Amino acid sequence: MPSQNNSESNRRQPARPAGHRGRGAVDKPRDFWGTGKRLIGYMKPYWKQLIAVMIMVAISTVLSVASPKLLGNITNQITNDYIDLKVYEAIHDRLPKGVNLPDGTTLEDLQKMMPAGANGSQQKYENVSISDSQRERITKLDITKRPGLHVDAIGRIAITLIIFYVASAIFYYAEAWVETNITQRVAYRLRRQLSDKINSMPLDYFDHHEFGDVMSRITNDVDTVSQSLSQVVSEVVYCLASIIGTVIMMLSINASLTLVALVTIPVSAIAVGLIVSHSQKYFKKQQDTLGDLNGHIEEVYSGHNVVKIFATEAKTGARFNYYNNNLYKSSWRARFISGITFPIINLIGNIGYAAVAVMGGRMVIDGRLSIGDIQAFIQYVSRLNQPIVQLSNVTNVAQSTVAAAERVFEFLDEKDEIVTWEGDGEIIENVQGYVDFDHVKFSYQKGKPIIHDFCAHVKPGQKVAIVGPTGAGKTTVINLLMRFYDPDSGTIKLDHVDTKKISRANVRKQFGMVLQDTWLFHGTIKENLLYGKPDATDDDLKRAVKAARAEHIIRALPKGYNTILDENADNVSAGEKQLLTITRAMLANAPILILDEATSNVDTRTEELIQDAMDELMKGRTSFVIAHRLSTIRDADLILVMNHGDIIETGTHDSLMKQSGFYAKLYNSQFEAA
Amino acid sequence: MKFLAPYWWQILLVIAFTYGEVWTTLELPSVMSDIVNKGIITGDMDYIYQRGWFMVIITALGSLSAIIAGFFASRVGTGFGRDLRAGVYKKVEGFSLAEMRRFSTSSLITRSTNDVEQIQQVAFFIMRIAVRAPLMAIGAILSAFRTAPSMTWIMVLSVITLLVLVISVFMIAMPKFQLQQKLVDALNQVSRENLTGLRVIRAFNNEKIEKQKFNEVNRDITKTGLFINRITNILEPGMTMIISFTTLAVVWIGAGMVMDDKLEIGNMMAFMQYSLQVITSFLMLVIIMVMVPRAHVSVERISEILETDNSVREPKNPQKPDESKRGLVEFKHVTFTYPDAESPVLNDIDFVTKPGETTAIIGSTGSGKSTVANLISRLYDVTAGQVRLDGVDLRSLSHRDIAKIVGFVPQKAVLFSGTIASNIKYARADITDEAMRRAADIAQADFIKDLPDGYRAQVARSGSNFSGGQKQRLAIARAIAKDPEVLVFDDSFSALDYRTDARLRRELAKRESDKTIIIITQRISTIREANQIIVLNDGGVAGKGTHYELLKSCEVYREIAESQFSEEEMAGELKLAGVSADNASDASNTGEVKYA
Repeated sequence: MPSQNNSESNRRQPARPAGHRGRGAVDKPRDFWGTGKRLIGYMKPYWKQLIAVMIMVAISTVLSVASPKLLGNITNQITNDYIDLKVYEAIHDRLPKGVNLPDGTTLEDLQKMMPAGANGSQQKYENVSISDSQRERITKLDITKRPGLHVDAIGRIAITLIIFYVASAIFYYAEAWVETNITQRVAYRLRRQLSDKINSMPLDYFDHHEFGDVMSRITNDVDTVSQSLSQVVSEVVYCLASIIGTVIMMLSINASLTLVALVTIPVSAIAVGLIVSHSQKYFKKQQDTLGDLNGHIEEVYSGHNVVKIFATEAKTGARFNYYNNNLYKSSWRARFISGITFPIINLIGNIGYAAVAVMGGRMVIDGRLSIGDIQAFIQYVSRLNQPIVQLSNVTNVAQSTVAAAERVFEFLDEKDEIVTWEGDGEIIENVQGYVDFDHVKFSYQKGKPIIHDFCAHVKPGQKVAIVGPTGAGKTTVINLLMRFYDPDSGTIKLDHVDTKKISRANVRKQFGMVLQDTWLFHGTIKENLLYGKPDATDDDLKRAVKAARAEHIIRALPKGYNTILDENADNVSAGEKQLLTITRAMLANAPILILDEATSNVDTRTEELIQDAMDELMKGRTSFVIAHRLSTIRDADLILVMNHGDIIETGTHDSLMKQSGFYAKLYNSQFEAA
Repeated sequence: MKFLAPYWWQILLVIAFTYGEVWTTLELPSVMSDIVNKGIITGDMDYIYQRGWFMVIITALGSLSAIIAGFFASRVGTGFGRDLRAGVYKKVEGFSLAEMRRFSTSSLITRSTNDVEQIQQVAFFIMRIAVRAPLMAIGAILSAFRTAPSMTWIMVLSVITLLVLVISVFMIAMPKFQLQQKLVDALNQVSRENLTGLRVIRAFNNEKIEKQKFNEVNRDITKTGLFINRITNILEPGMTMIISFTTLAVVWIGAGMVMDDKLEIGNMMAFMQYSLQVITSFLMLVIIMVMVPRAHVSVERISEILETDNSVREPKNPQKPDESKRGLVEFKHVTFTYPDAESPVLNDIDFVTKPGETTAIIGSTGSGKSTVANLISRLYDVTAGQVRLDGVDLRSLSHRDIAKIVGFVPQKAVLFSGTIASNIKYARADITDEAMRRAADIAQADFIKDLPDGYRAQVARSGSNFSGGQKQRLAIARAIAKDPEVLVFDDSFSALDYRTDARLRRELAKRESDKTIIIITQRISTIREANQIIVLNDGGVAGKGTHYELLKSCEVYREIAESQFSEEEMAGELKLAGVSADNASDASNTGEVKYA
């Protein structure tokens, strides 16, 4: 019985986040055919192999379907030989002693020799009933020789059978091999496309979607697609071939028996359908309560200290019990009802089996059927149910496959960063560091402009500070500068060239960044430092490290530059990581700098060190600084004051203080006493 | 396993009914063989009918048994899961911070959800299949033995072949399975890195490098995937072959025996059925053997939680707080060492603070200042010394009393799903709307007014629909609303900008003047007006006094101040403190610093 156990046992279920789709409840795609078609498109390059797969599955199935009939032939042979033997023995027992029959005497001859009426035509030999068809053969039996097993005949069938078995297995395996090749390659391609996509999409998408969501598409969804794609393709062919083949074989044995057996199919199909639709309801409910429960657990655990401090265990506990009991109720029902399926199918199948046995028995007695045929037929009956159940399963698998594929495609269909320049665009080199904002308007959401009409002109080497309360949109300016976003109207110019006419890569090349969130990747310190300039020499590297005050960190590490930075490594502190990112920016040597709250995650004494390093880095470069501590930016050449996403004041520290506006208030509040 | 105990009689029923199911399944082939032997061969139609009905009855009984067994199994399985989950939840709820830290919150969450789920799944599976398979295997072997003892060896041989096949496939594939798991982790890591570093990657124009990194893992994962599939694909055709050859062998050997009258034809057919049943049962057993170790990991992770002793225990005979010492917080030579740590984070801390006073605790990261806050709420127990609240040792106060006395605002603001009102009224539902508004007002949570639903605005799970600063202010309002004697702010102002911070403190001083206030912070400007500032450094008290006293006397404090003020400001501060430091002289402009 091929492909029965591979859905649960062989498959490694990827760990899903708690409370997501689980077993039982089927994940339904929105556009089954559309997405399905597109998924099939991915298999197009392999169409030859796919056809081969289908042919091989069909051959393998036909071979395996044919074998019970052959096996039945063996049983028939045995039965016949057995009956012959019994006849022979019966006759010899009754022959008067001393009577010798001439060689080659058949039963027919014997009967002619016998006085009429001595043996009735309905006679039985040793309790063995003989049908008319067998009688014909028996009457020709040479009763002078003791009949034995026709080993040669049985052997011939057996050899055919062995060939069938082996060939079927080989075809099956070959098919699986080819299929694996196809599906793994499709998965490879999907993953690759996803990765490419990540790197070509506008940041906008990621600012509004969770990383976990994207990651789950790369791992779980692609996994689901690749795992079940193969299942779907081969199982549909297998099931169809198997059902058709089995029915044909059954018909070839006996039509009316086949009819009886086939009646059970719609009956069990209806029964299964009823059960499934009923249990689906509970599975859905189970899924929902599981989500609630897991959400509750997550919330209580992460707020554990609050629950403790406020002594609200009774309240949260009651809620937990409520969800937990609900889950119990829906989940045992779901499980029980879906568990009924098998016994019911079994019952219906077995009733069919009994009917076949009784009717078949009658036919054998009447001589319309042989025992071997019954044996074969019973095997076919038991083979028939399985592919039907499987086929109904496949539709579920197909749905979740397509749903997973849909999530993958949805991501792949997101818009890429658009090309805003015409032709080859312009290329800027040896940038001095002029930055001009001309009447820039910008909105994250259409209709909700947050930068209304911003103008500013920055000369090379100047320091521009962006200040404002938390959530004032300070990063927006950076996003625009680096073309992570483009303004709705107005222009931003680098060295007097509109950045929209320059490729994004060329624009970004002009900036060095040190952000609040120190991003370093899994790799050695050296690889990380060289990230912005892979061709830097060791001397360059050492100079940058020294300038960034990062020497002591690297010296303190056992493997120095070759120390591997790990996700969870504690060997480098947050402040030290920041110094490393400053080194990285130093080495990249871009003409314009962006420093975004680079010291906010660090304690105050490390901060001083970082401040020094940043001052060094800013020397001779145009820089944009976002700072939460206003004292550090008092010497800025231009201060942009932001609130609620908009730039509300601009000027130097002194001019802004004189205005006694928002900035002055902000500045003073730092030192305001309670 | 004690969680299964209440279900013992249901489990017995499951076993009993499963036995019934197995018995009927095994009876069928022998009925069939009777039909062949005594009915068909002898042409006894009545007998065939009689046996036919018998078959229907048996199979009906079998299905009924299966359904009943399934009924109890699903109840036991899910009931067990429910109890286990509740047990784990109760246990975790009682944990102190020490245990939370040891396990980490996210790990506890996965253990209470995924691991429990996994165990429940396996429990159910065992109940249905692990009970059935051995019964079936034994029954089928016995029946087969009864039918044709001399052919049992065929069965044994095919079972052995099957086991060899399955085990060797798993032996070959297992290391690759592990590799696959590692590669999945690597894939996750690479893509997470790519996502978190998008801005940096693009700033350096290194998209290509990231794609390459990803693709290396992608290629490896595809390769291992191919290998694993190629190996495991052997299983199915292999098993089919074993089954086929077994039937063929039965017929081949059986033929001779039939001729010698050692075996009836019907029995030969029954024997074929039995061998099939034996083989499938063993297959099930193999699957269980694969599944159980996987669940075993989960079991271990769960028992680890259940067997953990709580380090903070409720007192057996709690004392009542001393009314005459309301709001008094005393640290008496407190030393605290984290479990598993070698040196203490807090060493001999000693201070007293009373209602109407503000005590500030300042120090750099890792100086142990948050631990002080946690000790006041008894999230940990002291290693040595004593923390007293209202004149009573914390360890003698009931957990409810402590909660009543202390209002705590944790460093990381956590809200719960519900509404703004339900969050502010979190401590007690009977807090009046007026008290709620007042608390929100003091906490500077004026953004509530701008929300379309005001106080009835929905708060998503963990407050994810509010910004850090908003959450923080709601957490502050929540603590104030319950009207405690002592308010503890654990670095709670860091998510607020300086202006909001200042306003909040002003309101606090004005409207909550009867409270004992303890502020833990890194910002000097936050605590300049505190009655007493305790400077922590490397676990010990480096200084104690007011802002100006400390500027004068405490080296560590001065260093912290220097790093936060500009030179001119610092000079001004020092001047006010009465320190005539060198740099104080050349600072003339202190006008920018305004004092209330």
